[in-house]
Amino acid sequence: MGSVSATTSSDVLADRLAALRRDGRRALVAYCTAGHPDRARSLALLRGLAANGADVIEVGVPFSDPLADGPVIQRSSQRALEGGMTLAGTLALVQEAALDVPVVLFSYLNPLIAAGTDVLERAAAAGVHGVLVTDLPLGADPERERWLGEGPLEFVRLVAPTTPAERLAAITAHGRGFVYLISRLGVTGESAELPADLPESIARVRAVTDLPICVGFGVSRPEQARAIGAHADGVVVGSAIVRAADTRVDAACALVRDLRTALDSR
Amino acid sequence: MSTVQIEERFGAFGGRYVPETLIPALDELTAAYRAAMADPVFTRELDDALRHYVGRPSALSSAPRFSALIGATVWLKREDLNHTGAHKINNALAQAMLAVRMGKRRIIAETGAGQHGVATATACARLGLECVVYMGEEDMRRQSLNVFRMRLLGATIVPVTSGTRTLKDATSEAIRDWVTTCPTSHYIIGSVVGPAPYPAMVREFQACVGREARAQLLERTGGLPRTVVACVGGGSNAMGIFHAFVPDAAVELIGVEAAGEGLQTDRHSASLSLGSPGVLHGALSLLLQDANGQVHPAHSVSAGLDYPGVGPEHAHLRTTGRATYVAVTDAEALEGFKLLARLEGVIPALETSHAVAWLAANRGRWSASDHILLCVSGRGDKDVAQVSEMGILAT
Repeated sequence: MGSVSATTSSDVLADRLAALRRDGRRALVAYCTAGHPDRARSLALLRGLAANGADVIEVGVPFSDPLADGPVIQRSSQRALEGGMTLAGTLALVQEAALDVPVVLFSYLNPLIAAGTDVLERAAAAGVHGVLVTDLPLGADPERERWLGEGPLEFVRLVAPTTPAERLAAITAHGRGFVYLISRLGVTGESAELPADLPESIARVRAVTDLPICVGFGVSRPEQARAIGAHADGVVVGSAIVRAADTRVDAACALVRDLRTALDSR
Repeated sequence: MSTVQIEERFGAFGGRYVPETLIPALDELTAAYRAAMADPVFTRELDDALRHYVGRPSALSSAPRFSALIGATVWLKREDLNHTGAHKINNALAQAMLAVRMGKRRIIAETGAGQHGVATATACARLGLECVVYMGEEDMRRQSLNVFRMRLLGATIVPVTSGTRTLKDATSEAIRDWVTTCPTSHYIIGSVVGPAPYPAMVREFQACVGREARAQLLERTGGLPRTVVACVGGGSNAMGIFHAFVPDAAVELIGVEAAGEGLQTDRHSASLSLGSPGVLHGALSLLLQDANGQVHPAHSVSAGLDYPGVGPEHAHLRTTGRATYVAVTDAEALEGFKLLARLEGVIPALETSHAVAWLAANRGRWSASDHILLCVSGRGDKDVAQVSEMGILAT
């Protein structure tokens, strides 16, 4: 596999993050699960996240067995599936939302495989710009990694606190858009405290790549976002938004507004 | 000691489809496993433990009354006689010893029927390791005796209430624990499933079953069996008994899956018979799933077979045609349970009962001079409460 990190005019995600970096701003990546709490409110949430300051929206494709997710996102996936949400339904939702910010599909591999080989083209046509696959680490499946890496979507790769340096370099060489740095060992979910060694983790990634670095897993509160913004290019907030949306879309939008304010007032 | 074989893929199947966080842990495990198997001190300690603690080699019993019914000579490989009552201890003890070698003092396990949980709790008690077992709430109800045994052995049981509350969700929850604790914990997976190196490593730790049986049969009958039969959920007892016979092309290998309420219904666990390629729990294998790639809940009367996936090597053996996979319903399995008890004085696990029932349903298929090897993967004591509630003796 050759390097696919070169930015082209179609790299909407990379361009957006580069523009933020030029302006000295930090990216707010907001996650929601497609179809949660139901289709209508999911659509309202997508638009609300964009309108209240999200720079990038990660749309979770609900999966029956989400290994990398904690209880909040597990329950949101379950609820979305019970409401009949599918990958095709997720793409229709993104298309209908017609967002003015880049959209990254956040999926497990199995629904992507089941959707067929033209799913990346269909996603691009629906207004998706990037794709992130939680259970497809570098080298796990070269053929499918090539499919994702050479397709129309920017293939965002994840790195973990356990990833050794030489592997970090190899992963980031194959990534596009941004590098998703998992902040801590474990699954998605809110944390009271950020890991003490997070600045060093960010520095380790910074040493091997020029791609923007966004930090996720365990980031939920505005002051945490602000603290991460001192070191990273952006933050990803998921479970806290999903938990707020469990009860009210407005509450999730208010959280995004507070996160935006915190990130901009560093 | 020869170098151990650690396939990352079996044909198109297998692999390491896990969150990035686990990749270094899987690399570390692969290296530690390879080094341990090349270390005569480790292999001698493992052999000693299998011999003097587990009770290996397990007996190979003739089964004259059952053989008369089948119309060929059936031999029972008695994994039910192992310490803790099933083949599961072979793998659990070996992995626990490997964990000690890796300096990991906390063990995670998933369990369905409870046999792997009991085996892991047992190994941890013996080696002084902390043990956390994830078990679906539904399975805890079905297998309350094993829950008590695990607690008695000092393990912590974590009830899993997500999804179908069975083995599938217990496995997901165990993997989530491991993603969080991998620098200090070892995950003892109970079957030939999961990301590499687990399918190859668990197969190797269970391969003693087939190696012993092959030698025992050669000694007792002077030849190899016509057919080897084992039940398949995740498939560890089947891989364990098949492995030594895979190069013996004339030996037919039959894996018996759970057809639950029938293959024509959507309540079964027959991933090899009716599944399609998909990724679950870190491996690409055959999987029960819907058109959207969502995993379809499995069903079986037997908690140990109630799993929508299967080990990737079985998917490969099915694809190449080296092994044949068939399925037996809940009702047929219950008949098999009673049959082996009445004819041979061996109460088989409900899992094993599927293999017994397939033989009974196919009686007359062999010539009188044929030998058949049946893996009695576990004993049925754990199942008697559940089966007695079903009123089996009334029939």
